[in-house]
Amino acid sequence: MRFCAYCEGVKLTESEETIIGTSVPRKEGRDKVTGAARYVDDIRLPGMLYGATVRSKIARGKIKRISFSPEIDWNEYVIATAKDVPGKNCIALILDDQPCLVDGVINHPEEPVVLIAHPDKHALAKAVEGVVIESDPLPAIYSMEGSEKQSEIIWGTDNIFKSFLIEKGDVDRVWAEADFIVEGEYFTGAQEHLYIENNGMIAVFDSVAGVTVWGSLQCPFYVHKALMALCGLPEEKIRVVQLETGGAFGGKEEYPSMIAGHASILAMKSGRPVKIVYDRLEDMVATTKRHPSRTRHRTALRKDGKILGGEIDFTIDGGAYATLSSVVLSRGTIHAGGPYLWPSVRIRSKAVATNTPPHGAFRGFGAPQSLFAMERHMDRIAKIVGLSPVEIRRRNFLQPGQTTTTEQVIREPINLSDLLDKSLAHASYKAKKENFARENKTSSIKKGMGIAAFLHGAGFTGSGERYLDSVVGMEGTADGSVRILVSSTEFGQGTNTVLCQIAAEALGIPYESVTIAQADTTIVPNSGPTVASRTAMIVGNLVRSAAIGLKQTLQLDGTLKKTFKPAEFGAACRKYVAEKGLLRSLARYNSPEGVYWDDVTYKGEAYAAYAWAVYVAEVSVDLTTYAAKVENFVALQEIGKVLHPVLAEGQIIGGIAQAIGLALYEKVLWQNGRMLNGQMTNYIMPASCDLPPIRVVFEEIGNPHGAYGAKGIGELPMDGPAPAILNAIVDALGVPFDSIPLLPEDILEAITRRVQSRQQITSPQESPC
Amino acid sequence: MLNPRLPDGTRLEISLTVNGAARTIHAYPMTRLLDVLREELNLTGTKEGCGEGECGSCSILMDGFLVNSCLIPALQANGTSIVTIEGLANDNRLHPLQKAFLECGAAQCGICTPGMILAALHLLDKIPQPSLDEIREGLSGNLCRCTGYFQIFEAVAKLSRNGVAD
Repeated sequence: MRFCAYCEGVKLTESEETIIGTSVPRKEGRDKVTGAARYVDDIRLPGMLYGATVRSKIARGKIKRISFSPEIDWNEYVIATAKDVPGKNCIALILDDQPCLVDGVINHPEEPVVLIAHPDKHALAKAVEGVVIESDPLPAIYSMEGSEKQSEIIWGTDNIFKSFLIEKGDVDRVWAEADFIVEGEYFTGAQEHLYIENNGMIAVFDSVAGVTVWGSLQCPFYVHKALMALCGLPEEKIRVVQLETGGAFGGKEEYPSMIAGHASILAMKSGRPVKIVYDRLEDMVATTKRHPSRTRHRTALRKDGKILGGEIDFTIDGGAYATLSSVVLSRGTIHAGGPYLWPSVRIRSKAVATNTPPHGAFRGFGAPQSLFAMERHMDRIAKIVGLSPVEIRRRNFLQPGQTTTTEQVIREPINLSDLLDKSLAHASYKAKKENFARENKTSSIKKGMGIAAFLHGAGFTGSGERYLDSVVGMEGTADGSVRILVSSTEFGQGTNTVLCQIAAEALGIPYESVTIAQADTTIVPNSGPTVASRTAMIVGNLVRSAAIGLKQTLQLDGTLKKTFKPAEFGAACRKYVAEKGLLRSLARYNSPEGVYWDDVTYKGEAYAAYAWAVYVAEVSVDLTTYAAKVENFVALQEIGKVLHPVLAEGQIIGGIAQAIGLALYEKVLWQNGRMLNGQMTNYIMPASCDLPPIRVVFEEIGNPHGAYGAKGIGELPMDGPAPAILNAIVDALGVPFDSIPLLPEDILEAITRRVQSRQQITSPQESPC
Repeated sequence: MLNPRLPDGTRLEISLTVNGAARTIHAYPMTRLLDVLREELNLTGTKEGCGEGECGSCSILMDGFLVNSCLIPALQANGTSIVTIEGLANDNRLHPLQKAFLECGAAQCGICTPGMILAALHLLDKIPQPSLDEIREGLSGNLCRCTGYFQIFEAVAKLSRNGVAD
């Protein structure tokens, strides 16, 4: 019995000839399996207070009065409001529009208004209830459509955080030439990250050293920047340290700045260490989620199924503040055309404001939303044009030498048709599709096959990596080992392990001789945030450069010979440090030659590398329960060089599991801008019985811009499963579904509606799927 | 069982065996066993994920039963024998199940791992050679958001193939 293709590859023993491409043990793995790993809630400091947040109950309004229940002895508590913010009351990120604590105007439910702290954490819940916020409600907006109507202006002058326009060719001319024009509208819902470790931070204030925070987070320097503004302290008086982080998925990209800010304000006011750890309900209702989206496609096609051009309108719900919506929108916009050739296209996109808690970064970052629409739309096109879902894709795949919607030339020798054929073969697609078509006629369990072809750009979009200007450090130590210095964080995906592999490979020393420093802003340089599938590819490449720099320092100095054995490298480090002191090398990002991006016209090289994939889902729908179940799944992808097979497979399977949740289980129920089902009891994520066998296949073309040929991998598997699954459900039932999540009640409703409308129409016409 | 006559706010003496050692603590009767372990006994390997018995991160063995320690009042633990993740490695030597988790990539972020390992241990104790369906069922009270479970299934299967060697 084997459930994973790569598990047997793990090497728990000493050094291999080649470290890259082998599955070395996870660096911090031992601590994780023994329970020794320390997460934020495992830390207690002497004299520490526990903090809690009093939040708004309404979606929008003006605060009239904040009162404190006389039944509580408030002298025991430290209390902070907006007036206690030492610096600027905002969470510094892109636009500084989000307050750290509400100052007068509430813009969404669960917005932080008052902070309290007490030495006994059990004394907090009652006190939170004892703070009464009286306010005059203002009209609020709860939907993208409401925001677009602008009946209320709740943000800026038009409720729009950001909009983009991509234009390629002359799309206005294609409609007259078209044999078919296919339109479709597609929706995706909010999704909760549901990392199993809730958010948390500990802050300590010292009038000399300043503010130090320890916590669960992805991006130490994002928190650092936010705390400088908030605390009104200079760079050197803010220290941010990442602790072991129990899952993130984008959910600990921007919101940790808020919690760190709250803990810091209480620590500065009280002079004592303050810990704030959310419980599950608070984490689910108050922190960020995946942006809900709506995508409209209008596509012109020739008789033979070739795309002539099209218009794509992509809109996301950003919630009440700008936060990262503009960047999420950018990635979603660039991915909206999928892996296809668009001779002409016009993509308009916008992120709009609503009075819900701000939506934020989540694995895939806008791409799963627009790619869901693209891949459902391809199946709709296939049906109307009269081709199979396989053939319509084959005829439109991007090929080397052709250009994407941003007119980026595909330079790598990617053959998407070949990836498609291979994935179909792994899935026994043809045979199963034929069997199902036959069996479905007489069975109450309907089965179907669905595919999704897609791409995912690795690293920051466009000029992003140039602006980030990442730096990586490496030290040779007195004991002869090497230490990597990066702000890139480990939260399960394998940062520690992969970066140590790269350094060991570049230096020709055992993996065991490389360690990685804790991400502490006073120790590590800024290697950028741990997001955008950039760490292995971009930071990894800088680690390699820093390693080469370290080796050259020793060689130029004469301490190390041109060719050396691993033990000689260790000896050289020891000697150098003993005689000369600090042995350190730094590497800074250099953007690849010939890469051009225009931020204004949105043209050029959007990403230094794309990962490519074709996923195939086999689905059954039981017409007794209306539950859809994924029976089998094939995930074939080209991700460049696979640096660590076990970790890579873990990323793919884990991403698919999360995406199956997005497609079939995870529904956020909203009421007046507030999440109603903020518990694991009523927000359902996949458990161990819910997932199909998943076959993971890697193709390796390589990538000249990534460490040892690596591309990004973490977000890719989030993009494809939902459209593949929905396409399979449509194949099984013959009813179009264009909205996720798709729960049994949604299937029931659609089928019931269809039966009713058939009864009303005398000559039923097949609606296109 | 709770004694309804106990006045609210009275700490009780509670004696229990934790990872083979006899321990006595003083806790309010309704304090969660999870908090007793983490705060009184400083065994922070047992994690809290949801606090309402859904995620299984706080799973421990109590008299051989797999329980969510967030749902167990301290009083109920009186006189019981508890195994937590800290009780598995022997003299710094990993338990074979811990080793299998490492080898198969079954621990990613690590927050569900202690509970998951105890659930797996409990499963293998009951069914030494579990089928895939039995593994799925045995771990169905433990949520993992990182792995998609299959590498965890593989770790359990690997151990059942090789046998629990201690």
